[in-house]
Amino acid sequence: MLVIKNLHASINGKEILKGINLTVNPGEIHAIMGPNGSGKSTLSSVITGNPFFEVTQGSIEFNGKDLLELAPEERANEGVFLSFQYPVEIPGVSMVNFMRAAINEKRKYLNEPAISASDFLRLMREKKELVEMDSKLTNRAVNEGFSGGEKKKNEIFQMAMLEPKLAILDETDSGLDIDALRIVANGVNKLKTPDNATIVITHYQRLLDYITPDFVHVLYDGNIVKSGTKELALELEARGYDWIKQEVEA
Amino acid sequence: MEQQYIDLYKAHHATIKEHSAAVINESRDEAFALFEELGFPTTRLENYKYTDLRPAFEQDYGLNIRRLDFPVDPYQVFKCDVPGIDSFLYFVVNDGFYPEENERNKELPEGVIICSLKEASEKHPELVKKYYGRLSNTKKDGLVAFNGAFAQDGFFMYVPKNVELPRPVQLINIMRSDVDFMANSHNLIIIEENAKAQLLVCDHTQDDVHFFANRVTEVFVGEYATYDHYKLENTHNRMTNLATLLVEQQASSNIISNVITLHNGLTRNTIEVALNGKHCETEVCGMVIGDKNQTVDNFTSVLHNMPECHSDELFKYVLDDSSKGAFTGRLYVAKDAQKTLAYQTNRNILLNRTARMRTKPQLEIYADDVKCSHGATIGQLDDNALFYMRSRGIPFNEARLLLMNAFMADVIDYIRIDALRDRIKMLVEKRLRGELSKCEGCVICQ
Repeated sequence: MLVIKNLHASINGKEILKGINLTVNPGEIHAIMGPNGSGKSTLSSVITGNPFFEVTQGSIEFNGKDLLELAPEERANEGVFLSFQYPVEIPGVSMVNFMRAAINEKRKYLNEPAISASDFLRLMREKKELVEMDSKLTNRAVNEGFSGGEKKKNEIFQMAMLEPKLAILDETDSGLDIDALRIVANGVNKLKTPDNATIVITHYQRLLDYITPDFVHVLYDGNIVKSGTKELALELEARGYDWIKQEVEA
Repeated sequence: MEQQYIDLYKAHHATIKEHSAAVINESRDEAFALFEELGFPTTRLENYKYTDLRPAFEQDYGLNIRRLDFPVDPYQVFKCDVPGIDSFLYFVVNDGFYPEENERNKELPEGVIICSLKEASEKHPELVKKYYGRLSNTKKDGLVAFNGAFAQDGFFMYVPKNVELPRPVQLINIMRSDVDFMANSHNLIIIEENAKAQLLVCDHTQDDVHFFANRVTEVFVGEYATYDHYKLENTHNRMTNLATLLVEQQASSNIISNVITLHNGLTRNTIEVALNGKHCETEVCGMVIGDKNQTVDNFTSVLHNMPECHSDELFKYVLDDSSKGAFTGRLYVAKDAQKTLAYQTNRNILLNRTARMRTKPQLEIYADDVKCSHGATIGQLDDNALFYMRSRGIPFNEARLLLMNAFMADVIDYIRIDALRDRIKMLVEKRLRGELSKCEGCVICQ
């Protein structure tokens, strides 16, 4: 599904990613862990096409398409979704209008007719229940005045609405209390199918207690320096990142 | 350039007066003398420093001081009013009140008078005399003085004590001429104690010539009265639209002034609201969508002359291409106007490097127990929000539109007529999409 080869990317001339290779197949859950500043969020930004980053080398293929050739909105409509580490507040744009625009743009992209008002409302209701989101929130402007936890829930709600093929969860666990974490993780698990894939970017192993990864990768200084199964995450939790650093530098 | 008008007045003041009414003529010579002294305003004046109006004055315009009828049937040109907005509908062509033919206007409550200022001056001279010029005659302003000298007629509305208009009044100003043309008019609006009225003024241009309109509107709002004044401009880019709105509020009255410039040439709105009683509520707001070479200068003064009043001011601009915007928010709080609450916000988005915005909050506070605030920002659309929306599949242009619409949303929310609010929302969206890049007659009807 996703094939990243020798990916280099920089911001303001500073190289952050230094040759990432990663393959994600349908049905898989990959966790990407690593210390602060290792390039985890840059990787998610580059996959989704954030214009602030420049790809200097390498390729990203998504279901056979060259992702780097596509605009952010086209990547989204191909089925790539990013749950933002810091969801953006958009005053004045209501959640309803925002979601309807997103759904209909995707349908337009896939040559499908616009969604009917009743189908849309039903979809909203279903997905809200899935993430146990308060109806009051969907009546407000996008993320405006939401608490940290509500914002993260809202990301998973949007993910549920858009049903992506590849979901990237960027530090979705940060700032969540244990109940919110459970709800968010449950939502992600319920959305899991054999046809879609998930990349979980996280600092801590905590989230991985709820979302069980098939593979764990350690990103350090712009490179994936170690890959393994979920046991690697436990080891990282127990031993920290220092031993990885030492291993790399040795 | 003042000279030709001075000569015109000296040669034809008898004709001007002959085709006006005695009450209006009373202060005419005085206004003319003041204009002779002041001339047209220049950018050397503090209140006019942002926008150079001189090029508009230099144009050679025709005037219709004999007030010949213009061959136009506004009911033919403008078949519909705002759909869903049920109004009392009136037309002013250039400066002439169009004879009333609308059956539904007969449903006005008893005692309400809506007609031309000239007619009102003849039929109700005492009433007009009591108010006409009370706010404008003391203004040391070249445009107001010029209006006082040349305006022969205008729109008149009187809502007596305790009467509430069941529907908004809609006044459509149409500029219509085959040659470059100037119109001066003076509107007088009287809302008596505990009365309630809403007025929607729509400015339109009909022909592809240079137009120049210089209108002065005086509004008197009595105690406990409520008045809404919406001005929607959708004119072509050869229009110079100079509008002075002077409002006087008595105690416990409540007003809204909302000026919306969707499309225009050169526009100057001067809005002055005097809060002359306790417990007044005042909202002064407006929005501008500008592109190409459009210019809009909104100059506002909110005068807290009495204590315990509350005013809010909100102006928003979205400017593209080489359009120019200016905003001045003068807020005056008199020495004894304690417990004043006055808030002012001006936010602007520039979509292009060549667009220009100048903004000036101007607070003059002489009382010591008040809450006043002001804020002015000039910026671009939020890149983070744009990327966030694109990452959800919304294309760049759509995302921009959503953000711009959202930016204008709170100004639109200040409209207290539901149908009009919905309509304006739609018009703003169309305008931002570029579908109303050219004004052809009344947008209300498209």
